[in-house]
Order: sequence, then C-alpha cells, then structure tokens
Amino acid sequence: MVASCAPEAVRPTPTPSPRAAPLLLGAALVACLSSCEREQRRFSEVPPTATSYGAVVMSDLQPGTRTTEVDVTTTYENNAYAISEGQRLFNQWNCSGCHAHGGGGMGPPLMDDEWIYGSEPENIVATILEGRPNGMPSFRGRVSTPQVWQLAAYVRSMSGLTPKDARPGRTDHMQYKQQEQSKKPEDAKRAQEAPPASVTP
Amino acid sequence: MAASVAACSGPQRVLDPAGPQAEHIARLATFLFVTAGIVCAIVFAALALSVQNGRRRADRGEAPDETPDGERRRGRAIGLAAAATTVVLFVYLVAAVRTGRALAWTAEGGPTERAGPPGAPPGLPPERGPFPGGAPLTVEVTGRQWWWEMKYDDPTPSRMLTTANELHIPVGRPVRIVTQSYDVIHSFWVPKLHGKQDMIPGYKNVLWLRADRPGVYRGQCAEYCGHQHAHMAFDVIAESPAEFARWYESQLAPSAPPTDSSAQHGQTVFMSNACIMCHAIGGTPAASRVGPDLTHLASRRTLAAGTLPNTRGHLAGWIVDPQGIKPGARMPSNQLTPDDLNALLDYLRSLK
Amino acid sequence: MSDEGRGTRDEPDSVAVLDAPGAPPALPEAQEETVHDRLERVWRDEPGFWGWVTSVNHKRIALRYIITAFVFFILGGIEAAMMRAQLARPENGLIGPDLYNQLFTVHGSTMMFLFAVPIVEAMGLYFVPLMIGTRNVAFPRLNAYGYWTYLIGGALLYVALFTNTGPDQGWFSYVPLAGPEYAPGKRVDVWAQMVTFTEIAAIVGGIEIIVTTFKQRAPGMSLNRVPLFVWAMVVMSFMVLFAMPWVATASTLFLAMDRLIGTHFFNVAEGGDALLWQHLFWFFGHPEVYIIFIPALGMVSSIVATFTSRPVFGYTAMTLSLVATGFLSFGLWVHHMFATPLPQLGLSFFTASSAMITLPTGVQIFCWLATIWAGRARFATPLLFVVGFVVLFVFGGMTGLMLAAVPLDLQITDTFFVPGHIHYVLLGGMVFPLFGAFYYWFPKITGRMLSDRAGKVQFWFLFAGVNVAFFPMLMLGFAGMPRRVYTYLPEMGWGGLNFTATLGAALIALGVVIFLANVAWALRNGRLAGADPWGGDTLEWATSSPPPDYNFAHIPIVRGRAALWAAGHELPVVTGLREDRREVLVTTMLDAMPDSRHEAPEPTVGPLLAALATGVAFTVGIFTVWGFFIGGLLLYPALLVWAWPRGKKPREHEVIEVPE
Repeated sequence: MVASCAPEAVRPTPTPSPRAAPLLLGAALVACLSSCEREQRRFSEVPPTATSYGAVVMSDLQPGTRTTEVDVTTTYENNAYAISEGQRLFNQWNCSGCHAHGGGGMGPPLMDDEWIYGSEPENIVATILEGRPNGMPSFRGRVSTPQVWQLAAYVRSMSGLTPKDARPGRTDHMQYKQQEQSKKPEDAKRAQEAPPASVTP
Repeated sequence: MAASVAACSGPQRVLDPAGPQAEHIARLATFLFVTAGIVCAIVFAALALSVQNGRRRADRGEAPDETPDGERRRGRAIGLAAAATTVVLFVYLVAAVRTGRALAWTAEGGPTERAGPPGAPPGLPPERGPFPGGAPLTVEVTGRQWWWEMKYDDPTPSRMLTTANELHIPVGRPVRIVTQSYDVIHSFWVPKLHGKQDMIPGYKNVLWLRADRPGVYRGQCAEYCGHQHAHMAFDVIAESPAEFARWYESQLAPSAPPTDSSAQHGQTVFMSNACIMCHAIGGTPAASRVGPDLTHLASRRTLAAGTLPNTRGHLAGWIVDPQGIKPGARMPSNQLTPDDLNALLDYLRSLK
Repeated sequence: MSDEGRGTRDEPDSVAVLDAPGAPPALPEAQEETVHDRLERVWRDEPGFWGWVTSVNHKRIALRYIITAFVFFILGGIEAAMMRAQLARPENGLIGPDLYNQLFTVHGSTMMFLFAVPIVEAMGLYFVPLMIGTRNVAFPRLNAYGYWTYLIGGALLYVALFTNTGPDQGWFSYVPLAGPEYAPGKRVDVWAQMVTFTEIAAIVGGIEIIVTTFKQRAPGMSLNRVPLFVWAMVVMSFMVLFAMPWVATASTLFLAMDRLIGTHFFNVAEGGDALLWQHLFWFFGHPEVYIIFIPALGMVSSIVATFTSRPVFGYTAMTLSLVATGFLSFGLWVHHMFATPLPQLGLSFFTASSAMITLPTGVQIFCWLATIWAGRARFATPLLFVVGFVVLFVFGGMTGLMLAAVPLDLQITDTFFVPGHIHYVLLGGMVFPLFGAFYYWFPKITGRMLSDRAGKVQFWFLFAGVNVAFFPMLMLGFAGMPRRVYTYLPEMGWGGLNFTATLGAALIALGVVIFLANVAWALRNGRLAGADPWGGDTLEWATSSPPPDYNFAHIPIVRGRAALWAAGHELPVVTGLREDRREVLVTTMLDAMPDSRHEAPEPTVGPLLAALATGVAFTVGIFTVWGFFIGGLLLYPALLVWAWPRGKKPREHEVIEVPE
C-alpha cells in the first residue's frame, strides 16, 4: 500500500548525554602511579641515592648484633630509559668481553642468581667503581655517576631482579640470550642469604 | 619580507645548487612551480567563473540549467578538461622520469646506484662512466645517534681516515658516499648537492655527489631518529684538490704530542677521566669507537654534530654540560675542576 | 524541471515550511499520532544513564562518535599549538625534546586515528541510513561495540600521554627507532594497541555501511539512484576493510610481538627487515588518507547539489571516479619510501600511479564546477566551504605532485614541505568539507540552524589561517628545514617563516573557537529548522529535524536519483512494517526490490561489556601476554549478554511483494 508520509512535529533539541569523565580521571590517576617513573627520561639528573652505596654492608660477618641493612633502592630500578641506557653502555664498553652478555666467561655470569659481592644496586655499583679481586677493573673516574647506576640497574635486570615492565626487550642484534622481559623475577632474598664466595672455605 | 629574504639565503637551501644533481632537481622544481601555478590559475579561474555564473542565476531567480544541450556541452567541456589534465600529467611524468635518469647518469659525473638488500653478493656493482680526475673518492658515512662517522676509503689500509661530523671533498671530483646506519634510520642529506638518502640498518646504500664550486655546504639528518634528531647536522666542505690533499694528509697524521705543560696535563686529564671510554685520539692509548674520533678536533668547524661553533668557550660548555645543550645526547656530564678543565681545553684545542 | 516540490531554497535562514514532500497527509490526526507513538515506544532507548549505555540507535552512536572525535580534534589542535609555540623562535626553550617528540606523535596519531577516520565514518553512520531510507544500520549492536572500542582506544592514548607514556616515535612509528632496543618503556606499545582499538572500530563501521547500503535501501533506490554521499561512504568502507588489517598486522602483531616476546620481524641481524614495517604501514597509510578524503568528496556532492538546486553533473562519472580513486589509492604507497634503498625503476612506477590518481579527483572537481555553473548557487556557509575546499585542495594536490616526482621528493621529503602538503590536502580536502557538512546537517541533527554569518566569519579565519600557517611550511621545506625537529639554529634563517606559521595556527584556532561558540549559541538560540530548511534532494530531509528514533514512520519509495525532487508533491511510502516490534525492510542488492522483513536488535549492554573485555585484552596485553587470555575469558560472558535471545518468539522473515 502506498501513502504519503507526515513530517514529525518539531522535537526539542536533544540534551547532552552523561559523560564518562569521572571514570577516565580515576583510571588516569591509577595509571599515573605505575607509569610515571618508568617513562621518565632523566637527561641531566643524578639519582638521589648516588653517593649512598657506601652505607651498604658488604659482609655477613659482623660483631655483636647484626645491624639492619640499608635498604636503598635507586630510582633507576623502575626506569625503562635508564635500564636501556645501561644495556647500551654494557655493550658499547665491552663488558661482554668478560661477562659475555651475562653468560659469563672470564668473568662470572651476571644472569644467574649467584652474587659473589651482593646483588643490591649499591653492591654492583661498588663492584664497578672499585673493581674486585681476580680481574674486575675499577672504573672509578671513568664512568659517570648516573651511568654507573644505569649499568647496575641493567645488570640486575639481566637476572630478573628489576620490575618486569621496565626491563628492555630484545636488542637489534643477533640473539645471544633470552630477552630480559621473559625472565621471571628472582627470589632476591634467596640470593642475598647465600654467603659471599670470598668467605666460604 | 625578512622571512622570505632569509629563506633565499639559507645554508640548506634546495634551490641553491652547487652540484649537478641538485642542479637537475632545482630545474625540475622550477618547472613544476610554473606548471602548478598555471594549473592552479586555470582551475581557480574556472571556479571563479562558475561561482559568478551560479550566483548570477540565483540573483536573477532563474532556474538551474539542466537542458540536454547544456548537459552535453558541459560533458564535452569536462572531457576536454580531463584530456588536458592527462596531457599535463604525462608531461609531468616525462619530466620527473627524465630528471631521475639524469641523476642516475650525468655525462660528466658518476651514476647514483642503489645496492641490493641484505643478502646481495658483497661488493657493489662496478662504477660506470668516465670520471675526470681519476677514480672517485669513496667515503663511508655511518649515521649514529646523533652524530656522523665518516670513514674515507683507500686501497692502502693505513691511508684510511676516520673522522666525524665533517666531510671534506675535492671540488669537481665525484664522491661515492656509502651510507649505512649503526642504530636507527637516519638520512644523509646535503640539500645544495643532492637529495637525501635514508640510512637503514642492514642496508648499504651508495650516493654519488659532486661539488662544482668550493664552499661549505651544510647537511642535516632528515629522518626522525630520536631525541636529538634536531641537532644532528654536518658540514660538507668542498675545496680545491690541492687543499683537499693537504687536509687529508694532515688528518692522517696521528695527533701531535702536546708541547706545553698545560696541554700535557690536559692529556693526562683526558686519559684518566671518562673521555677515553668513548673517544679515540690517534697516537695515544685512547682508541674507543663509541663516540666521535677526536684526533683532529681543533680542525673542525663545529662541535656536537653541527650544533655549536668550535670555540674554546663552546667546547668547555659542551664538555661540562652536554645535556644542557643537547638533552638526551649520549655524552654524560663531566665534573672537572677549573684547572683540569682549562688544561683539557688547551690539549683539545691543540689537536689540529 | 519546475521549481515546485523542492521546498524553500531561497532563504536558508528562515523556518522552512514544506508544502511538498512530507506534507501533512489527508489521514485523520488521531490515527497518524498513534503510528508515531507506537513506533516511538518500540524504537526509543530506555531513559537515563542505562539507556545511554545500552543504546543501539545509529544516530545516537554516530553523534557520540562525532562529539568524541571533535574533542580529539581539539586536543590534537592544542598539541599543534604547543608545537607551533615551541617552533616560533629558534632555540626556544619552551618544550624540551622528549615532550616535543610525544606531542608530534600524539598530534599525528590523534588526528589520523582518533579524529579523521572516526568522524567521517560517523557522518556516514548517521546519514547513510537516513539517505537510503531505513531505520537503523544492519548490525546495531556491533555499531555500539565499535564506538566503545574507539572510546577506549582514545582514552588509552590520552591517559598514556598524561602519564608521560605518550608514544614518541612519530605517528608512523618507524622501526628500529620504535623497536625494543631504541624505544624503552611502554610508549610504543601504547601506540600499537591504540591503533588496534581504532582499527577495530573503523572496520566495524565499514562493515555497517557496506551491508546497510547493499541490503536495506528504500524500494526503488537501485544502485544507480544511490546518492553520491552514500557511494562515497561505501567506497571508503571497502577501502577500510582492505587497508586496516595491514596496520593491524604491522603494529598489533609484529611490532608488539617484537617488543613483548622477542620476535625478529624487524631485526635485521636475525633475518628480519626494517623496511618491512614501512611497506606494511604505508600500504595502509596511503589508502588511509583517501579513506579520510573520499567521504569528504561525498559531503561536497551533497552540499553542491542542494545549494545549486540541481543534481551534481555527471553521476556516472562521479561514481566511477570515486571507485577509481579508492582502487588506485592502493597502488601509491611507495611514494612514502622514495628515499629508501628500493630499486630505482620501481619507484618511477609509483610516480606514475601517484600522478594518475589526480585524474578521477580532477574529473570530480570539474563536475562540481559544471554543477555550480549551471545551477542556482546560494552561497550559504556550506557552499562557501566547498569553494574553499576546491582552492585549498587543488593547491595542496599540486604540492602532492611535487612530492610524487622522485628527484624532487628526494630533496623535500622529510622536510616541512610534507606537513605543509598534508595539511593543505587534509584541512582543505577533509576539514573544510566537514565544516560545510556541519553547517549543512546541523539543522537535521539538532533541529536548529547555525548562524550563517558566524559561519562565514569562521570560514575566512580558517581559510586565511590554513594559508598563513602552511604556505610558509612549503617554503621551509625548500629552505632545508627537516621535519620533527624540536628546535633549530638561529643562523639557519628559518625563524621568520616559522613565526608566520605560528600566527597562522592561531588564526585556525580562532576559527575553531568561533565554530564552537556558534554551536553553543545555536543549541539554545538557533532558528528552528523544520524538516527541510535547505530544500535538499535526499531522503534525510523527508523526516523531522532531529529525526525520530525510527527515522521514518513509513519507508519511502524512491522514483529517481534525487529522491525528494523526483517525488514531486508527494513522497510515496511503503506501509505494513510492524509497529509493535523493531523491524526494517530488506531489499535486493541491485534494484532495491523489497525482499524480506528483518527483525532489528534491541538495546543491550552486551556491546559495552564486549568492548571492555577487548579493552582489557589489549591494554593488559601491553604488559603481559596473559592480558589476551584474561580479555578473551571476559569476552565470553560479554558475548553471551550480547547475543542472548530475549524470549520473544522468533518470526519467519515474511517476503513482501509490492505491486509496481
């Protein structure tokens, strides 16, 4: 059947719909907590804990009551840019010459859970700056302070000690190791409780 | 006004060619400007006439013209316009392809070649054509974040020269630039000499240049490559063959041992600080290839890949606070005592 | 043809009183009211927030798309303003490199992924069903899903930007700079997944438009009577289906996998190739700009026809040009890669194809000029924007030809010439027709007229702004200024041109502000528009402004190309569709003969839940592969809610026969 059609009566202007803004703001705040640190690119800053590595206890043997270890975390643990810089420096300064991208060779492996001199960032910074017996050179004065903390963060990431989302992905080179992002977080406590190799008979 | 004048005399002006390829491209550009101008003028005129006609019809209250005759006439006009467009496009295509071939082969210069993708047999296709002045000069330019490594090729290995951020070439002689990248995609571009060529990791690409008059031609990286893409530039200095030879010999020589005590102390500062971790100075134990080669730092026009003029003050600022000048650059800040800094500057400024 | 039956066209600002198509019928008032009431009751959404969240009304969803996309347009404009402020002077210390890199990446990504494609698709989702005389799109719930997915993707990008995780590798994100080694953190992963969301939404919209247009046209609207705007939307939708999967493959799959699980698609050292990314991306990227452009061509056709009071000249040529442009646009992508180590001979082919695509667009422009010449041209704001479009787009097209010539491209690609070119063709070629379409269709959407005077002022601000902002960029390209630089040295001599460009940006911003003010004013004080204020030729003008939820009380019958003009005094309609449940008329593909009745889906919250599940999958997937499993598990109940039958007895599809 065919008929003609009537126009509708003029309708009132549609009112604006409710917005989901409050939900989005909430999500933003939550995300802020997790991502702000990871994505910072600090070009000029020196990490605030830079000079405090001297406060870390190097040995298990202490007279009297055991003092609490200074639990200092550098801000680079969660910083993807810093760990990526650490990776670059590790490769460019030929740390692989002895440590072979973490697998070890002349030097000990860095991607396992055995830490001769401790796995805290301060320990690793001390290792790099002071050198160690049996061949680890001292890079004091040769490596700037932010860079040594970046290297320490990278070394820790090689054995899965840093948060997963800040670790680097694979490099654009031939594949020589499992990429850091696939590593499961190590039991750092377990690594710390092993006595240093230098004090075992 | 000042703006357009400034654009007429810039160091990277495309329409100020100093070599045959840039010359061909500039000519194509001029041809296309004229063609585009004419096409735009015709289309805008047609638009104006249509608007005027349509408006007149509306003002007079006339009905729109949909007569079969009118439609036929309009159809024919559009057909004609489409045919004219096709002709213009064909002329354009011929001009573009011819210019492209001219770049690939100029009677007096060398061809522009592209090497194959990774996996192609090693060694590039043999050079073609006559080369006045003897065999072409070959330079391997490696783009790195955010500087340029130049390595002059020579049949005698001891005469290969590695330098950074500055390319000297002899006037009138074809130069074969082999571009590659160390990390991300960069692009080698000297507007006054030739178009750009992307430096893609895994590819070695050949670009031929020739400067036909002496001068300093600035080049800049033309592919976004990270934080300091904006400050990744270099100079191409075209000089007479004699001057070039002089420059080459002086660059081949290892650095002169420092003569005065301040410079000697400066050398010690260099060797005992972070500098040796990244920089090489020929004739000393410093041999790292992470950063630019500094053997003849004082002979260069600029610092930090074309960012700063090479003066004592700028060098001091660059050493002490590179992140303030080029935030994100790979060079760390260096805290030095004023005495050490002065000595270091004396030493570096002696590396001519 | 006589003047009658076309509604008022002489005074677009006055209230239109139609005495022809859509005139009050001879039926008694009481009976007529009941039809509308019944349809209203069946087709309306539930009231309040729940109704807003469960709606499957194509107009409501399309309007949401339009408003959201416009908000992204403004955000992208703010990013542009910040960049221009930084570049206004050499060595300006306003914005550092890290923030600047995020700004230009997010500006490009916002404009291309979050504004341009969604808004043109939304104009289609709003007007295609109206123009072809149906009640809703073919898959209303899928439509809702598309919007929510798009919203989540856009929110992801901006939450990331505000938490310093904004992508900073450029909107086309070349590897290896965007690869795992050189792009630390999650910025690029955010970008890759934002692309996923927007590409899902775009494909959904494309499917809607294609199926709706092919299966739900009003009887009598054979393919050769389909309005040019609808043709444009169909061509665009096919292009979306063919182009979007490539960017999804490249970013969602390859790049995300390289970064997250260590594959080697782009790792040369292990047999991958950095150029692979460029090919995959640009095979999408070039059709993408035509996806943005072709609907604008459709809008121009609609505006030209209405404001010259005659059909656009050369319907067949116009349609074939649209299809040819869409088809050819897939053969141009290498012109983005002329500076790469690809074989020289192959590059010239792409110069030829890039030149060739000028021809269909040129034919379209000639046809419009002929239409204006032969028509009664009323220069209300929409037609003014069309004139501006022709000027800016033709000029921008000429700069495009310069870029298509390989030798010249080697000099000016990756310089500011390219942003100059793209903004001429995108602003001139899409945004101008879009604003014209806003002025044209705002009365239909809201029932009120925008101020024509303010529209003309806005036009001149935009026109001047585009030229003052982007012509200097063309010159900067020839002055040797590369693009994506956060600053430049004073001795380069680029300061003056950059400063001028910044002034132009300010003019554009003012133009947009005028538009927003106009909209705000018109929503309260604009003149009431009535059903057909402009005297249009297509079916959307046959229903009220704004249209009721069910679009048409009775599906119209189309007797010619310009459906309303061909109808004369009366617009014939089909009666008999059910008024107690949602029903649309399905017609045959070629000739639009009535074929069957289809029960249209009711509102449900399923699409929102499914979009949230998708959101979880791809957002958590940025951090861990488990995200995809979790999201997939959540998707299952969401799809159950979506598709669960509602307890009504299923009806057989009755075939209708309409005696001719």
